[in-house]
Amino acid sequence: MLVAVLSLAGLGAIFGIILGVASKKFAVEVDPRVEELLKVMPGANCGSCGMPGCAAFAEALVEETVKPNACAPGGASLYEKIAAILGTEQSAYQERQVAQLLCQGGVGHAKMIYRYQGIKDCHAALANFKGEKSCNFGCVMQGSCSRVCPFGAIQMGADGLPVVDYYLCTGCNRCVAECPQQILQLVGVSHLAHVRCVNTEKGKDAKARCATACIKCKICEKNCPSDAVHVVPAGTGSVAVIDYEKCTNCGICAAKCPTGAIDMTAPLSEEVVLEMAEQPASGCPQCGACNTA
Amino acid sequence: MQEYFIIVISAILINNIVLSQFLGICPFLGVSKKLSASLGMGGAVSFVLVVAGALTWAVQTYLLNPYHIGYLQTIAFILIIASLVQFVEMVLKKYSPPLYKALGIYLPLITTNCAVLGVAIINIQKEYTLGKVLVHSLSHAAGFTLALLLMSGIRERLEDADIPESMQGTPIALVTAALMSMAFLGFSGLI
Repeated sequence: MLVAVLSLAGLGAIFGIILGVASKKFAVEVDPRVEELLKVMPGANCGSCGMPGCAAFAEALVEETVKPNACAPGGASLYEKIAAILGTEQSAYQERQVAQLLCQGGVGHAKMIYRYQGIKDCHAALANFKGEKSCNFGCVMQGSCSRVCPFGAIQMGADGLPVVDYYLCTGCNRCVAECPQQILQLVGVSHLAHVRCVNTEKGKDAKARCATACIKCKICEKNCPSDAVHVVPAGTGSVAVIDYEKCTNCGICAAKCPTGAIDMTAPLSEEVVLEMAEQPASGCPQCGACNTA
Repeated sequence: MQEYFIIVISAILINNIVLSQFLGICPFLGVSKKLSASLGMGGAVSFVLVVAGALTWAVQTYLLNPYHIGYLQTIAFILIIASLVQFVEMVLKKYSPPLYKALGIYLPLITTNCAVLGVAIINIQKEYTLGKVLVHSLSHAAGFTLALLLMSGIRERLEDADIPESMQGTPIALVTAALMSMAFLGFSGLI
C-alpha cells in the first residue's frame, strides 16, 4: 500500500516539476490588450462578428484583422471601449441594426390550408405542403427564430408571428440566418417604415392568400415624396421594396397602403433612439435634451 | 531483424490502430478535414506515442513490476500521457502557433486519445524489449498518421463532390471511414 502511494506520488511530483519548469521556459507572451478586450466583450459568443467567439474576436482585434465595429451586441458603447484599449482613431460608428419581420400574415390575416401539429420547427413545418398557410412566402409561425435568439429578443405573439423586442435585439444575425423563408432582415433601428410582405405573386392572387399582402398597386410608389419605395421585380413577380437610404420616415406610404402591407413602427423610445443617434466620443453627455426639444 | 520488420508491417497495415483496432477515432474524424492539420496532428500524436511508449515501458519495468503494483498500470500510464501532452502543448504554443491553432481542442484531447494508452498497454502485454517498444510505438504512430492522411485526402475531395444533402458532413465521413476500414481488412492475410 505504502509503495503504491509513494510511487504514484513520486511520479506525480517528478512530472509536476518538469511541467513547472517547462511552463516557465516555454512561456508565451500574450498581448495584455487581449485580456483587457476580453473583459469588455459581451461574452455571449454569438458569432455575429464572424469569429468563433469573443476570445477569437479579441485576438483578431489586436492583430487588426477585423473591424472594431464588427460586434453587433456590443454596439456603440463597446466600440468606444475597444478604441480606447487599442488606442486607434475613432471613426463614425455604424448605426445599430435590429431584426425586422417582413410578414404580417398572422392568424386571422393569412388563409390557412391545414392545421400543422408536427414538430415545433419552421424547417419541419415547411416540409409539409410548404407550411400551413396558403401563402408560400411568409412566416411559418413555428418560432425557430425565437428559439435561436441568444438574447431572448424574439417572442411569439398572439397571432402566431414573432415579435422583436428592439431593446433586447442586438442585430447578431442569428435569426436571419435561421429563418428558412428569409423574411427576417437586419435594418438600422432608425428606420420605421417597412414593407412587411415578400409575396411576389400577382396582386389578386396575393390578396386571396393574405389580407395584408402587397398587391403591387404602386400607390406607395406614386405617393412617396422622396422616391424611396418602388415595386421592383423579384422572383417570378414583383413586390414593393423600401430604399432605406432615401426613406425619411414620413409615413405616407404606410397611410396610403390599401392592405396595410407597409407598416409604420411606433416611434421608438428615447433610450433606443439615443443609442442610434449618438456618435461615439463626440463629447455629448447623452442627456437627451436635444432630442426632446 | 525480421522480427522488427514484422512488427512494423503488422502495426502500420494489418493491425492499423485506427482502421483495424478502432482506437483514436475522435481525432481521426475531427482533424481530418484538412491535409495540413492532419499532418500536424499525426506528428503530435506520433511524438506523444513514442515518448509515452518508452516512459510507460520504463515505469512498468522498473517501478510497477519490481514492487508488484501492476494494478496501478492504468492510472500511472494516464499520468505519464497527460503530462506529456501538456508538455507538447507548451512547446507547440511556443514554436508553432499556427499548428497550435489548427489542432485546437484536439491537442489536449490526445490525453484521452485511447490510441496512446492502447499502444502503451499493448507494448506491455506483448512483453517487448525497449527497442521493440520504440519500433512498435513508432509504427503505430505511422499507421495513425497514414490513416489520418488518407482520410483527409479523401475528405478534401469530398468537399467538391455532389453529395445528397442529408449525407453531407459527418455521415459521408463515417461511411468513408467504414469503407476504408473494410479495405484495410484486405491486409490481414499479408503475414
